Amino acid sequence: MDWSDSPEQAKFRQEVRTFIQQKLPESYRPKAGEATGEDEGFTGGWQADRKSTDPKRVATAQQWATALAEQGWIAPAWPKEYGGAGLSTIEQFIYNQEMAEAAAPSVGGMGVSMLGPTLIVHGSPEQKQEHLSRILSGEVAWAQGYSEPGAGSDLASLQTRAVRDGDEYVINGQKIWTSGAHFADWLFALVRTDPEAPKHRGISFMIMDIKTPGITVRPLINMGWEHGFNETFFEDVRVPAKNLIGEENRGWYVGMTLLDFERSGIAGAVSYRRGMAEMKEFLKGNGKSYRRQDFNTTRLELADRAIETEVLFNFAFRIVTIQSRGLVPNYEASVNKTFGSELHQRLSRTQSKAWGLYANVWDRSSKYAPMQAAHIHDYVGSVPHSIFSGSNEIQRNVIATRGLGLPRG
Amino acid sequence: MDLGLNEQQELLKNSAREFLENECPESHVRDMEEDEKGYSPVLWQKMAEQGWHGLLVPEQYGGAGFDFIDQMVLVEELGRALVPGPYMSSVFGGAVPILEAGSDAQKQEFLPKIAAGEVIFSLALTEPSARFDEAGIQAKATVSGQDVTISGTKLFVSDAHVADYLVVAARSGKGVTLAIVPTKQAGVKTTVLQTIARDKQCEVVLENAKGQLLGTDGGGWAALGPVIQKYTVAECAYLVGLAQMDFEIAVDYAKERVQFGRPIGSFQAIQHKCADMVTDVDGSRFIMYKAAWSIASGQPANDTSIAVNMAKAWCSEATRRVVAHGQQIHGGIGFTKDYKIQLFYRRQKRAELAFGDADFHRELVAQQLGL
Repeated sequence: MDWSDSPEQAKFRQEVRTFIQQKLPESYRPKAGEATGEDEGFTGGWQADRKSTDPKRVATAQQWATALAEQGWIAPAWPKEYGGAGLSTIEQFIYNQEMAEAAAPSVGGMGVSMLGPTLIVHGSPEQKQEHLSRILSGEVAWAQGYSEPGAGSDLASLQTRAVRDGDEYVINGQKIWTSGAHFADWLFALVRTDPEAPKHRGISFMIMDIKTPGITVRPLINMGWEHGFNETFFEDVRVPAKNLIGEENRGWYVGMTLLDFERSGIAGAVSYRRGMAEMKEFLKGNGKSYRRQDFNTTRLELADRAIETEVLFNFAFRIVTIQSRGLVPNYEASVNKTFGSELHQRLSRTQSKAWGLYANVWDRSSKYAPMQAAHIHDYVGSVPHSIFSGSNEIQRNVIATRGLGLPRG
Repeated sequence: MDLGLNEQQELLKNSAREFLENECPESHVRDMEEDEKGYSPVLWQKMAEQGWHGLLVPEQYGGAGFDFIDQMVLVEELGRALVPGPYMSSVFGGAVPILEAGSDAQKQEFLPKIAAGEVIFSLALTEPSARFDEAGIQAKATVSGQDVTISGTKLFVSDAHVADYLVVAARSGKGVTLAIVPTKQAGVKTTVLQTIARDKQCEVVLENAKGQLLGTDGGGWAALGPVIQKYTVAECAYLVGLAQMDFEIAVDYAKERVQFGRPIGSFQAIQHKCADMVTDVDGSRFIMYKAAWSIASGQPANDTSIAVNMAKAWCSEATRRVVAHGQQIHGGIGFTKDYKIQLFYRRQKRAELAFGDADFHRELVAQQLGL
C-alpha cells in the first residue's frame, strides 16, 4: 500500500505541472481570494468560450486548445494511433488530478470522453477519418442525445424513431437534457430503429450535424437560472445512412462501449479539497465579517466534510489501483459516483451555512456575497449530481445487485 | 500509488482468516463473554506460535519484524473474528511502548516474552476523568533512579485482571512519566467492570505500587504520542474487520430471508442499505490504511497526526452506521442473544469509544485544519 508516487509517476506529474505553469492562459488561472468552483462545463469554461461573442474569450479557448493539441494531450486516454496520448490509467489519473488542481478547463468535452472512444471501437475507417481529427483539433464539439422525457433511468425505453428511407434515416422524436447542445456542432444519439424488438435490441447509434434541417434546440433553464441543458426536437430529420455507427439495432451496446479510461472521478475530490482550502483562507481575512456568530457547529461540520473528502480521494485511488492492475472496476465506480455526489451536496450545504443570512445572496458581484456567492451557487448546482449519469438510486441498485449479488427486484 | 495488499499481506490475511475460522468460532467468542479470564490460554499460545504477538517486534527481540501496515492486516482479521482476549493490550499497550521508550535492557527482557506470549501487558492510561489528553493523567508518581512508586486510580484498563505488567502513565514533579508495573503486588488492586462488549475493562487502584521507569522522568507524554497513534489506528483496523463481517452476515441474511414470497434482499429498501454499508466499510478500510501507511512510511508528523484523527473520526461513525443497518436488516431475530449479529453491534461500541470517538477526533481535525 502506497499513497505516494513512484519515481516515474512523480516525473510525469512534474511534467504536467510544468506544462500547466507555462501554457495555461492567464484568464483561466484562479485569482487569489476568489473561489474557483468546479469546471463549469456546459454553462462556462472552454465549451462556452469557443462560441462566445467576446473575441478575447474565443482566443483564450483556442490558445488553450492549441497548447494541449501541440502536446498531444487533448485526448490523453486515446490510443496513440488515433492521435491520443496513449497514457496509462495511472498517468491519466495524474493528468486529471493536476488539471483539476490548477482548475484548468477541460477541452474537447463529450467528443473526447464519449464519441471518440465509441468511434475508435465501432466506427468505420471513413467515420474515424472524418471525425477524430476534428475532435483533436478542438474544431468540433459534440453533444449527447440519450435521455427522453419518457426515458430517464429506464433509458432503453427511448422512443425517438429512425426509419430507413433509401440512403437516409428519417428521425422524429424528442431528446431532453442535451447538455451543451447550444455550443455543439454535432450530436450523437440513440434512436429506435426496430419498435418490435425487445427494448435493448431495437436501438441504433447515430451521429448528425446539429444544423441538419428539422433539428430544433430549445433552451431548458435550470433552477440556478442558467442555460446548461436543452430540449432537442427532431422533425423529419434526414440523416445519411453512413452516419450509423456500428450495426443497426446494436446501438445500445455501441453506446455502452468503454475505452480504457481512468474512471476515478478524481477531479471532484480535488475541487472539494481546494474549495475547503480557499474557504479557510477567506475565513482568516474578509470572511470574518460574513461568518455566522454561532460558528462552532458549522466548524465541526466542515471538519467532517474534510474527512469525507479524504474518503473520496481514497475511493478514487482505489479505482486507479484496480485499473492499473489490469482489472475492470465493478461496483466500486458506483460507490465513487454516489459518495462523491452526495458529499458535493453536503459540502455546499455546510459551506453556505457558515455565512448565515449572507448565504441568501446569489449576485456574485454583490458586496454582501461571501466568496462571490460560490457556496450557495454550489448548493443549487450540486442538486443534479445525484441524478445525472445514472441516479444514485440506480447506482445503489447496481452496487447491491452487481456488486453484492443481491437478487434483482 | 497503489491501494492493494502486497503478496505477503495477502498471505498473512488468508492464513489468519483460515486459522481464526477454525480456532475462534462464534461459540468461542460466546464462551469467553462469560469466562472469568475472558480469553483462552490455549488459543493465546497458538496465536503466539503463529508469530502474531511479535509481528511488529524486530527479529533481534524475538519477533517477526513486520511493518505497521502488515500488523493492521492482521488486526483487521482479529476484528472480523471478534477474537477475545488481551492481544491488543499486550501488543499495542506493551510491546509498542517498550519499543518506543524502553531501554535496550528492557527490550531484551520483555519483548521476547511478549512475542512468545509468555507475559501479558496492558496500558493503564485513562482515569476516572475519562480523558485522553495529558491533563487526564493525575495518578502520582515518585521517581527514584529507575524505581517508580505510583498511587492513584486508573479506569477502563483493558485486561488488567490477567496482565502480568501494566504500562502506567502517572505524574511526577517533572510531568507525565511511564512505568512498567508488575500486577502481582499488594499495591495493585484490580476490579473487572461489566461492559457492553463483555470484554474485560478494569478499575485499577494503585497504592504505592512499585515499578520501573520506562523512558525518562517527565518524558512520558512525548513517548505516549506514537503509542496512542498506533493503538488508535489499530482500533480502527479492528473496527474495519468487525464491520466487514457484520456487513457480510447482513447481506447473506438478506439473500436468504424470504417475506412476501421473495428474498428481502430483492427489495430496494434493503439493497440501498447494503450499498451504503459497503461504502462505509470500504471507506473505513482505506482511511485506516492511509493512517497506517503514514505511520509506517514516516510521513511528516503533522500529516500523520491528522491522518490518525481523520481515520478514527470516520471509522467510529461509519462502522456504527454499518452495525445499525446490520441490526435493522435482521429484524427481530437480530435483537436476540442467540443470533450472532449482536456480538458485532456490542463490540463496535467499545472500539468506537476507545481512544476517543468521532466527536473527540473531529475537534482535533478542526484544530489542525486551522478552523
